[in-house]
Amino acid sequence: MSKRNSYLLIFILALLGLALWSILPVNAKLLGPNGLMLGLDLKGGSQLLYEADLSKKDPSISDAAAMAAVTEKIQRRVNEFGVTEPTIQKLGLDQIVVQLPGVENITRALKLIGETGLLEFREQKFDENGDPVINETTGELVFGNESATAIGKDGQEKALTGQYLKRAERDVDPYEGPIVTFEWDSEGAHLFEQITKRNLEKPLAIYVDNKLISAPVVQSVISDRGQIEGRFTLDEAADLANKLNSGALDVPLTLIDQRDVDASLGADSIRKSMIAAGIGLVLLLVFMLAYYRLLGLVACFSLGVYGVLLLAIFSFFPITLTLPGIAALILSLGMAVDANVLIFERTKEELRAGRTLGAAVETGFNRAWPAIRDSNITTFIACIILFWLGGTFGAFMVRGFALTLFVGVALSMFTAIVVTRTFLRFVVGGRLVTNLAAYGVRV
Amino acid sequence: MIDFVGKKQWFFLGSAIVIIIMIISLAAFKLQPGIDFSGGTSMTLSFTPQVEQNQLRQELTALGYPEAIVQRSENNFFIRIKEISPEAKEVLISGLETGFDTEILVLDYNAISPVIATHTARNAGIAVLIAAVAMLFYIVWAFRRMPSPFKWGTCAIIALIHDVLIILGIFAILGQVANVEINAMFITAVLTIVGYSINNTVVVFDRIRENRTRGSSPDFAVTVNSSLTETLARSLNTSLTTLCVVLALLLFGGATIHYFVLALLFGLLAGTYSSLCIAGPLLVIWEKKEWSQLFPWLSFPKKAA
Repeated sequence: MSKRNSYLLIFILALLGLALWSILPVNAKLLGPNGLMLGLDLKGGSQLLYEADLSKKDPSISDAAAMAAVTEKIQRRVNEFGVTEPTIQKLGLDQIVVQLPGVENITRALKLIGETGLLEFREQKFDENGDPVINETTGELVFGNESATAIGKDGQEKALTGQYLKRAERDVDPYEGPIVTFEWDSEGAHLFEQITKRNLEKPLAIYVDNKLISAPVVQSVISDRGQIEGRFTLDEAADLANKLNSGALDVPLTLIDQRDVDASLGADSIRKSMIAAGIGLVLLLVFMLAYYRLLGLVACFSLGVYGVLLLAIFSFFPITLTLPGIAALILSLGMAVDANVLIFERTKEELRAGRTLGAAVETGFNRAWPAIRDSNITTFIACIILFWLGGTFGAFMVRGFALTLFVGVALSMFTAIVVTRTFLRFVVGGRLVTNLAAYGVRV
Repeated sequence: MIDFVGKKQWFFLGSAIVIIIMIISLAAFKLQPGIDFSGGTSMTLSFTPQVEQNQLRQELTALGYPEAIVQRSENNFFIRIKEISPEAKEVLISGLETGFDTEILVLDYNAISPVIATHTARNAGIAVLIAAVAMLFYIVWAFRRMPSPFKWGTCAIIALIHDVLIILGIFAILGQVANVEINAMFITAVLTIVGYSINNTVVVFDRIRENRTRGSSPDFAVTVNSSLTETLARSLNTSLTTLCVVLALLLFGGATIHYFVLALLFGLLAGTYSSLCIAGPLLVIWEKKEWSQLFPWLSFPKKAA
């Protein structure tokens, strides 16, 4: 056995040890200290894809700045909402993907994230005689269509909106139940004082996203703080405060793609695919052992190394595992064997042609290499295109599949060329087994 | 030695018949687009206590969804309706709960707007096309030292189109008889098959390249045939090992990925067959320009008599 091969063997064993150390301890849920990152389809949760209407943005800011601002505000809202490990990403020019793992009340989350959250005040409408305008069908007071304005500190007329809020909070009023209290910044207080002064003893309507929340009668001139009553539930009040704190979204969003998976379905998927993987693996090993005998045993060892290294890569980087990703992993097991099969078939041919064991192994590897290289590149091309396709519409399932298959096939080339070869040289070079029948060759 | 090249007209005839059937089913039945490609709402519901499929259909009609598609999947129901708002979804679920006096667990829920669905369908088409063209260029490059690499590439792509047509045809038939819809995962399976089919063809072509470079026989047909025979064990064994895992996934992997795995399975079989029986023999015909050998019955219908 050559010195170089001994070094390689030590290197492989060290790598295997390192990989094992990184994925242990294996318990029911986690693999290694960090565990595997599971996709929403496996751990349950929601993925929302929003499209922004950039035609409605403030023309003074760029598209990118508007999208960045919206993304950041959604991030703040989701953080406040209390979802573990949410991801919020811009997709393409005008889309935002929001992933909410394990979210229970999706309807509530949808309202919180997708609604603009624009707070404004509107004044009562009066006719020429100075009487309040009343809606003839409902008998309710009519308010103006524009936000109430006042003169700012810089002398400009400004609409009072949520942007001048310092902060908003949920509170509980003994009579009104859950309410939202708010505090203006100095400019907001300056505007609010003027508006309440001229609307004293009159109702002042509070609108959020063009929807009337309530219209309390102004009792006194107030400047720096106020409250919103609207027969809220506790959650509604909390979410409104959250929206006001994060600020109104710079552009309106439309939900164009929603995918929810219940955690129980995800757990079921994991269980079923583990069973499938186990059965598939056993079938595969039995076949390799029966057909290739000793070579098959070597292949089983290198498949073992392959499996451990693959899991280590997944837990180290970490790569998110999805259900199609698991299918890709299992598929890549089948493909990982392919490189071994190519090499073994070549080795057997060389043995039949009468070469010595050592020479047959070396020639087998060298002859099989172009086929392994050229054929796997086609799978890489398909994976890269799939990864691109998945990215164009936020299909994390498709991306998960492509990435997993790519990593799996790349690693399978490494294990076939380095691990299988080293093991085989060790077996052959050490003259452990010299009977050709053990290599599946009829003599 | 098995005479693949000598029996080529039988392979071509068999494939031609299958392909024609597939094209006819595609044209007649069309593929049933899932919500990924047409937009809409789909959900999988689990009822406790269980309800009957007919009752569920009636209840959905009563709630204003007469067009709803209802399918049983294991112990759950898959329902597909037009695109609805989150509020309408709440109303629908609580309507079903009160209507049946049952508890409903929404196992999965997807709502996709038709706008993005159209976009997705277009991108999926583009992806498959780009994949095919990229494979062609790659093979032309990989076999650039051969006299006419373009022929090699084209033969591999014809084998590839053969495989993809078979999958599409099978899913058109499945769509007709079992309402099987195609979704983003189906496209994933197709692209995987694209990679797999070319992978197999490249292994065979690699051996032809090697034998030709070594000058094993002056007759290209003999070179191709011995290359096919030499790689036969590899082709079958690799297909068998992959088949082991795909079958395990199909039988035990659960309903969510069932049709995805089924597409992979058919693709696997077609890919193995076409790389052995179509790509290689076709290359022989093209190299020798014996086009009448494709379907000898067509040119000389009475010769056999």
